[in-house]
Amino acid sequence: MIGSASHPRKPGPSSELRAPVLEIDNLAVQVVGEPPVRHILEDISFNIRPGEMLCVVGESGSGKSVTSLAVMGLLPPGSLRTSTGRILVEGEDVLKASQARLRELRATRMAMIFQEPMTALNPVEKVGEQIDEVLRIHTKLSRAERRAKILEMLDAVHMPDVERIYDSYPHQLSGGQRQRVVISMALILEPKILIADEPTTALDVTTQKQILALIRELQKKHNTAVLFITHDFGVVAEIADRIVVMNKGRVVEVGSRDDILAYPREPYTRMLVSSVPSLVPKQRAALKSDIVLDLKELSKTYAGRGFFGRGRSIAAAQGVSLSVRKGEIVGIVGESGSGKSTVARCVVRLQDPTSGNILVHGDDIAKATGSQLRPMRRRVQIVFQDPYRSLNPRRRVGDSVIEGLINFGQRRDEALNRARELLGLVGLSADAMERYPHQFSGGQRQRICIARALALDPDILVADEAVSALDVSVQAQVLKLLDEIRERIGIAVLFITHDLRVAAQICDTIVVMQHGRVVEAGSAAEVLTAPRQDYTRALIEAAPGRDWDFQNFRPL
Amino acid sequence: MQAIVNPLPGESSGQASGELPSTVSAPQTASVLKQLVGTLKSGPVLVAFVILCVVILAALSAPLLGTNDPVAIDPGSRLRGISPEHWLGTDAYGRDTYSRVVYGARVSLIVGAGATIMCILLGLLIGVVAGYFRAADAIIMRVMDGIMAIPSILLAIALVSLTGGSILTVLVAITVPEVPRVVRLVRSVILSVRSEPYVEAAISLGTPAPTLLVRHMVPNTIAPLIVQGTYVFAAAILIEATLSFLGAGLPPEIPSWGNMMSEGRMYFQLLPGLILYPGIVLAATLLSVNVLGDVVRDVLDPKMAKKS
Repeated sequence: MIGSASHPRKPGPSSELRAPVLEIDNLAVQVVGEPPVRHILEDISFNIRPGEMLCVVGESGSGKSVTSLAVMGLLPPGSLRTSTGRILVEGEDVLKASQARLRELRATRMAMIFQEPMTALNPVEKVGEQIDEVLRIHTKLSRAERRAKILEMLDAVHMPDVERIYDSYPHQLSGGQRQRVVISMALILEPKILIADEPTTALDVTTQKQILALIRELQKKHNTAVLFITHDFGVVAEIADRIVVMNKGRVVEVGSRDDILAYPREPYTRMLVSSVPSLVPKQRAALKSDIVLDLKELSKTYAGRGFFGRGRSIAAAQGVSLSVRKGEIVGIVGESGSGKSTVARCVVRLQDPTSGNILVHGDDIAKATGSQLRPMRRRVQIVFQDPYRSLNPRRRVGDSVIEGLINFGQRRDEALNRARELLGLVGLSADAMERYPHQFSGGQRQRICIARALALDPDILVADEAVSALDVSVQAQVLKLLDEIRERIGIAVLFITHDLRVAAQICDTIVVMQHGRVVEAGSAAEVLTAPRQDYTRALIEAAPGRDWDFQNFRPL
Repeated sequence: MQAIVNPLPGESSGQASGELPSTVSAPQTASVLKQLVGTLKSGPVLVAFVILCVVILAALSAPLLGTNDPVAIDPGSRLRGISPEHWLGTDAYGRDTYSRVVYGARVSLIVGAGATIMCILLGLLIGVVAGYFRAADAIIMRVMDGIMAIPSILLAIALVSLTGGSILTVLVAITVPEVPRVVRLVRSVILSVRSEPYVEAAISLGTPAPTLLVRHMVPNTIAPLIVQGTYVFAAAILIEATLSFLGAGLPPEIPSWGNMMSEGRMYFQLLPGLILYPGIVLAATLLSVNVLGDVVRDVLDPKMAKKS
């Protein structure tokens, strides 16, 4: 391509021999404000060579996104600023560049892809015109040339029917297609550096696989240096050439992919890598206990409310049948839109099923309303995905935990004693009762939510993506806790997740859903090691890093 | 067309799933107060705060501020200029302009505060019902749309001609057209909060609807209501002045800035102060309320804050 042909340096045999295209040297970022100075990043140094895929991994709060924003010169003014260090892009210090120069650099030397493609695109402008804007500002091409170049680029990101895509609005495209548009926008000026900040986190696994392959392909073709930010070690194992591990604003370890994944030197890296749940299911004996929850032909249809004429109706769940035994963890896995959350919400009766039965110990709660439903609510409890929104920020933790008990007429002091007990069960001390949710981390909040759900002694606990928002190390702890609770009190758990690794770790039985229907169901070992359906097979194959055994630091 | 959503006033637009909630919570009350006090460091805010305090103090202690009876007629000293007895002169009936301006502050503040309280109470009640009980929503909101279409001046003229002018009539005339805005605001907050996981968790814990509303949902409306309240306050003062100026508001015997300006209109060339004094005080009061309202909004609702 044009970019590499005009490149002054001769392409070397391997990327190690070439001068780095991006050098970060001793970078520190601090919070703007009065002393004491608070550093978000300290002593960050690493570099990327042309054609290299450098993955920056770390848990939330590790500073990986701030690093990428600093490189782009996009630190939020008035709240963060760089205090020391240099960021050299092809030898030019970004931190010293003027705003005008930065704008030019951003398009021509470095580009960025964000996590959520919907918010990165303007919803009221055709995507072709959005890409065109980049060319209009930074090149002197004529209108026809620009259009040809854009269509060529859309074709390069494997879009079907590029003419139609050019004239589409973002909401008319799928999530994966939107991310392809964002990628073509980022790469159309052939930047030397591409910064990808969790570009596949919001996508389904099968789409994620395609996007990762696409980024890899374009990188090879244009010899682009990619700074890939992610929290997912599966993705890292899949694509990285080199890895930077970050924690609490510092670089923990830098090394090649195999060095970090197979021979981590730092204890933090070891802990992080070994926390990644294995895809190999645990062997468990089939349970023969009583059936606690029995779903029979459960369906939920959303009637589209058309203002004029008839609206179309959407079947979110169709004829879902499954059963959960006492002490069993049944996982429902599927991609977004598969109806797994709809099933969970129907079981908790946050939504009314359209038809079918929900039998809890033989009692049908599918049609119960009002005063009939209220006593039933004791029996089924739910833990949600987002620990930051699951607790009322204005109420003390103790008050949140006892809410259900008070509702069902227990005396306050008794309820408080019970709450203390429950917080102990989930591994929190009793003084947590007097605190507010914002004083706790995400993992601790999720423990509080579990304690709250257990307060009413339910027969069934529904966990709707309950560990998906947590960092891997915290995720491992919460999964362990759920497993312990299941052992101790023999509760039945309906575990909704999109993550096959998590499902493999914790579930006895796995139900695979697609488009609102159950595709396959069976024991975890059966479904994950000998899938009968193509869709299940595709899901398993798309799981990133499946050829790496993280616990034992070796390839499979 | 799900991409194009028209955000209602006060409705948080496009919350990304990973974003932390930015609502003000109980533990932050102290820091909010601290922030509000902190804004007084800026000059305009301090001036606005001082002006509003002076107006409120003047209204509270009007009889102690060297005033005469604001309605006492003295035909012997009509249309006088500034003098030691009449600090700001007298009007066409010989009434003391200074006293009338000071007592006028009472009327303005009573109307402002009364309309704000009525608006917020009514708006909160109706808004919560509309936001929580989906069946009532369509009916209530269409009625609110209808009310919004009634011009407040027209309503006031109709009410005054039916019942005669009094503070209560004026309050009703101002409150009714303002209520729908508050209802919309409260409804949008309730609608967005009802899908919050902590509300759903409370539902699955068997929390009854009234408790659910009071405990988990209504507290979220407080910050936006305070902000909206400052605007209602300013609007009410202005509408009262307008109504009184047009003769559709308070009866002439109650000293209000609006009817003072109305009466002074005829003598503008002779004694411009008759319009200017109440006018300047009215303008300064409104400006102060609006400045302080903006400050409160910036602190309570960072998303709406202007980019500096």
